[in-house]
Amino acid sequence: MSLSFRKVSLEYANGVRAVHRIDCEIRAGERVAIIGPSGAGKTSLLRMLATALRPSSGTISVLDTNPWRLDRGRLRRLRSRIGMVHQAPPLPPRQRVVTAVLAGRLGQWPAWKSLASLLYPLDILGAERMLERMEIADKLFQRCDQLSGGQLQRVGVARVLYQRPDLILTDEPVSAVDPALSDRVIGELNREAIERGVTLVASLHAVDLALHRFPRIIGLRAGEIQFDLPPVRVSDGMLADLYASESRTVPTQDNQPLETLPAGVRRRNMFP
Amino acid sequence: MNPALRLRDPAAAPRLLLTVCVIVLLWPGFSLTEFDPASLFEERSRATIVKFVGTFFPLETSREFLGLVLKSTFETLAIATAGMAFAILIGWPLALVVTRSLSISRIGPGPGRVAGHSVRVPARFALMFFRSIPEVVWALLFVRAVGLGPAAGVLAIGVTYGGMLGKVYSEILESNDTRPVTALLETGGGRIAAFCYGMWPVALPELVSYSVYRWECAVRASVIMGFVGAGGLGQQMELSMRMLNGGEVSTILLTFLLLVVMADAVSALLRKVTS
Repeated sequence: MSLSFRKVSLEYANGVRAVHRIDCEIRAGERVAIIGPSGAGKTSLLRMLATALRPSSGTISVLDTNPWRLDRGRLRRLRSRIGMVHQAPPLPPRQRVVTAVLAGRLGQWPAWKSLASLLYPLDILGAERMLERMEIADKLFQRCDQLSGGQLQRVGVARVLYQRPDLILTDEPVSAVDPALSDRVIGELNREAIERGVTLVASLHAVDLALHRFPRIIGLRAGEIQFDLPPVRVSDGMLADLYASESRTVPTQDNQPLETLPAGVRRRNMFP
Repeated sequence: MNPALRLRDPAAAPRLLLTVCVIVLLWPGFSLTEFDPASLFEERSRATIVKFVGTFFPLETSREFLGLVLKSTFETLAIATAGMAFAILIGWPLALVVTRSLSISRIGPGPGRVAGHSVRVPARFALMFFRSIPEVVWALLFVRAVGLGPAAGVLAIGVTYGGMLGKVYSEILESNDTRPVTALLETGGGRIAAFCYGMWPVALPELVSYSVYRWECAVRASVIMGFVGAGGLGQQMELSMRMLNGGEVSTILLTFLLLVVMADAVSALLRKVTS
């Protein structure tokens, strides 16, 4: 198993219980979407996979290793193989987009190369190619504080694509991106995972994106897994139960009602 | 029940308690130091003050004295700038060691916490030691070692200000937004690279403005260095004071004012450029 949770619980210092005895296994190369209402524990789950948080109890295994048994050097190398797209991109406002994207390989480059790249970016072409996939290649030399929220999120995704990690984690990567473009961004993430055979775990607020793009859906509510199924087996009733505490309708990227497919399943193209 | 009574501000009581505590703590301070601002405006005090201020005028503006002041100003600037350079050399690396935002073991928390502590605590203590001894005392110490002259002043300013810069730099690095640098440490980046990509662009304006302010303080400190023979405007002022020449002293003080104005302008310019 590439990723696994065994009876993992997470409790924050203020007593808030984020995740409660989760059991889950994800094979290498799988593409999984995690959906659920706000406060369900999606971010906590992803941060535990990114080795940014330690579970309060239970064992977690990331890329076939228990990260908290490793020494500093191995843990650092493990972390350089994990790419996390944060919901609010952690990009310094005064930094230029090209530097922000090239920072993705800081875990892989030697120190002299990282510092030399600050004087003159060493791989402008590589950064530009990733930005082109996100359709913001024209922002290459602009400062991050000159971009809109959706553009910043796409720069964050471009950074992780540039890193070429063995595990891609994304925490609501398109929450600020408009519906048409968000489809393309999720499509690019999926294409990256399929082409390179790496695992992709995405937490999404928009249920339609999850159901249309991912072959495995995990529903999370109040820190517990409600269901773990392929999208054709996820019923409207399950979705309504999942979001019952938040709203009466299921959230979608374009705020239109979730389309209900007829009895025969219509498959959408993966790469439009 | 009246809705206004039901929804009371929970922070009101602690805030009131804190204010009362602050006043209670300040009161003995005022009485112990015999603080009495009213005495400044008494008849006798006013006359004394006016007479004292009168000795500062007219300003001494003879060409040879102004030439002397100019030469001393350059000496003072040199002492202050060299001292600050030395201070940054001492304080900057220690600040990077001490700051918690560059700690990798904090993420998780992960392995290496004990090793991190055993390096961070001595570094912190070194910074405290450097700045707890006043620069005059350091200067007297260094005068024994390197003799009278500007070198003792430079070393004294370097050591004391190194301790101050190290502490404030580390606190600036911790108080700014640490999310970019933490995200880079989480992708396996090294500390130096993560700092340059994630923390430097965020903290630069504040670091620059504090450093320029400290340089301004170093100019003042070099005056005191002059009293122990380090040269510059301080030595000039000591000579003028010993000869009770108020006019020369006020010329030197005016030079100080001009230096501070210049430092202020440089700081504003650098803030605009780096923001």
